[in-house]
Amino acid sequence: MKDLMKIDHLSTYFVNGTDQVKAVDDVSLRVREGETVCIVGESGCGKSVTAMSIMGLVEEPGGKIVNGEIHFEGRDLLQLSKNELRTLRGNEISMIFQEPMSSLNPVLKIGQQIMEPLIVHQKLSKKDARNRAIELIEQVGISRAAQIADSYPHELSGGMLQRIMIAIAISSSPKLLIADEPTTALDVTIQAQILDMLRKFKEQSNMSIMLITHDLGVVAEMADYVIVMYAGKIVEEGEVVKLFQNPKHPYTQGLLKSKPVINQRQDELYSIPGQVPNPLELTESCYFHDRCEHCMDICRTKRPELKEVAEQQKTACWLYEEALVNA
Amino acid sequence: MSLSSTPLSGTIGTKQAQAKSSSLFRQSMRRLMRNKLAVSGLVVVVIMVLACFIGPFFSPYTDNKVHMAMMNKAPSLKHWLGTDALGRDVLTRVLQAGRISLTVGLASMVLSVFIGALLGAIAGYYRGFVDQIIMRIADLLLTIPGLPLLFIFGALLSEWKVPTEYRMYIVMFMLGFVNWPGLARMVRGQMLSLREREFMQAAVVLGLRDRRKLFNHLLPNIVPLLIVIATLNIGGSILSESVLSFFGLGVMPPTPTWGNMIDAANNLIDFQERPWLWIPPGFSIFATVIAINIFGDGLRDVLDPKQKR
Repeated sequence: MKDLMKIDHLSTYFVNGTDQVKAVDDVSLRVREGETVCIVGESGCGKSVTAMSIMGLVEEPGGKIVNGEIHFEGRDLLQLSKNELRTLRGNEISMIFQEPMSSLNPVLKIGQQIMEPLIVHQKLSKKDARNRAIELIEQVGISRAAQIADSYPHELSGGMLQRIMIAIAISSSPKLLIADEPTTALDVTIQAQILDMLRKFKEQSNMSIMLITHDLGVVAEMADYVIVMYAGKIVEEGEVVKLFQNPKHPYTQGLLKSKPVINQRQDELYSIPGQVPNPLELTESCYFHDRCEHCMDICRTKRPELKEVAEQQKTACWLYEEALVNA
Repeated sequence: MSLSSTPLSGTIGTKQAQAKSSSLFRQSMRRLMRNKLAVSGLVVVVIMVLACFIGPFFSPYTDNKVHMAMMNKAPSLKHWLGTDALGRDVLTRVLQAGRISLTVGLASMVLSVFIGALLGAIAGYYRGFVDQIIMRIADLLLTIPGLPLLFIFGALLSEWKVPTEYRMYIVMFMLGFVNWPGLARMVRGQMLSLREREFMQAAVVLGLRDRRKLFNHLLPNIVPLLIVIATLNIGGSILSESVLSFFGLGVMPPTPTWGNMIDAANNLIDFQERPWLWIPPGFSIFATVIAINIFGDGLRDVLDPKQKR
């Protein structure tokens, strides 16, 4: 499979006076054609900022992409002019947000909002765009499409709105769809429907999906490849089955352990002790060291690099570094 | 959980949507109609407009000529509101003046809303340098009280001997020009908060041009605010025009406006002996402005509940 998008050493910092938060710190990843890559991690680990960096939503002052390259089909997105970027956005790369309720303009009709990218990118006439919009609404499984096209966002439920967001996102048959926690705000049944739908469209058009989530259930259901982020860095990545069966990094192990098991009564769910480090006080250590069961001396002083530990699986942990050395 | 066959839980929502669709506007209108005060304001305004724009067609005295025999006559059956110092019918002139005053009010409102909304939107959307320039100009205009500024303009017009026929249009521009900064500020504030909303991020992600984002996505969000401000603005403009014309710095006779007609009250004898000369235009201003303001307040309650006083 060919690489569709390749991110090299991306670093996005947020600056507030003299404080500097490394929201995304030297992250490299790639999304191949037709592949679903899931980025997992807890709140504030830099998942969303990675997505925002790709879409060019990191705005100065405040946020700044200080380093890195984002290659999309051979072009570096960070070097593109505003206009070139605009023709890519909503056309070849589109994005779905977490909150469908607030991602649609409250004063514009649903139909109008679906028509916008069609008119701008596909150069359709207003009439054609409207017909296509109604088709798209039907495609995302909403009946009475014509009526829905004429209603306002507040008249629809969250699940329906997220379907509309998907309709907008796939309207130009993008090559890459970035979904930033698309199901977090929805209840579980709707969540399954939405994920099914994403999968269906992916198969239909060989679209790649970059799915950002903190829900390991979603990952297991959707992902081909998983990237686990912690405090702005990738700590582990790998092919989904391998990673779930044999997690290497203590953080990933902890995440998987803290998932409830169906049909099994547990008194208390496992939780990783401690808290995410303050992003302002990060040192040259492994960021996970103070929560790690296997913490060693080296973990407190030196940060491990992401190394291949098994086939299609990389992790950044000294445990395996030692193993490699000893072996 | 097959997708294609899932008509979605929204069947009920759809029905509601159907009943409510296109109702955002209609709903507001229904609520407005329930507000008796606002409706009475609207009725007065409508009557005033109709009278001014249609009334003169039924008057036999529209020739604007001097009638020596008919000077300063008290109200009678022939001249319902009497005649003025040149023998012209006061009622006809009040109605004709109303045309001018209402037009000036409306036109200057349109102008100030247009400039204010445009500049405010641009300033709020782009922020930074553009914002600084636009807002400092607005601040500058706001620091100078409006009336003296208008007086200076009016005096300049007289100094430059601008033909009377054009003065009306220039007065429109003057009033529009003085009114935009306050509006621009309000629009800018709204823009600053709206541009950070998630749906605008979604619009960025769609790859839309700035112009499209600004006018198709952001401005519709402040239309209710604009409607309210615009309505209240008309009343203010009519008042300012009257004040200017009263002082002989706005629209000049023989073009009648309510303001320059009250000028009659400047003459002590007219003031004491011939109240029909100044009470009708004065009452017209009073009634129109108060009606517009009451209606505007009602509109605000309906369209812009956050701004309640």
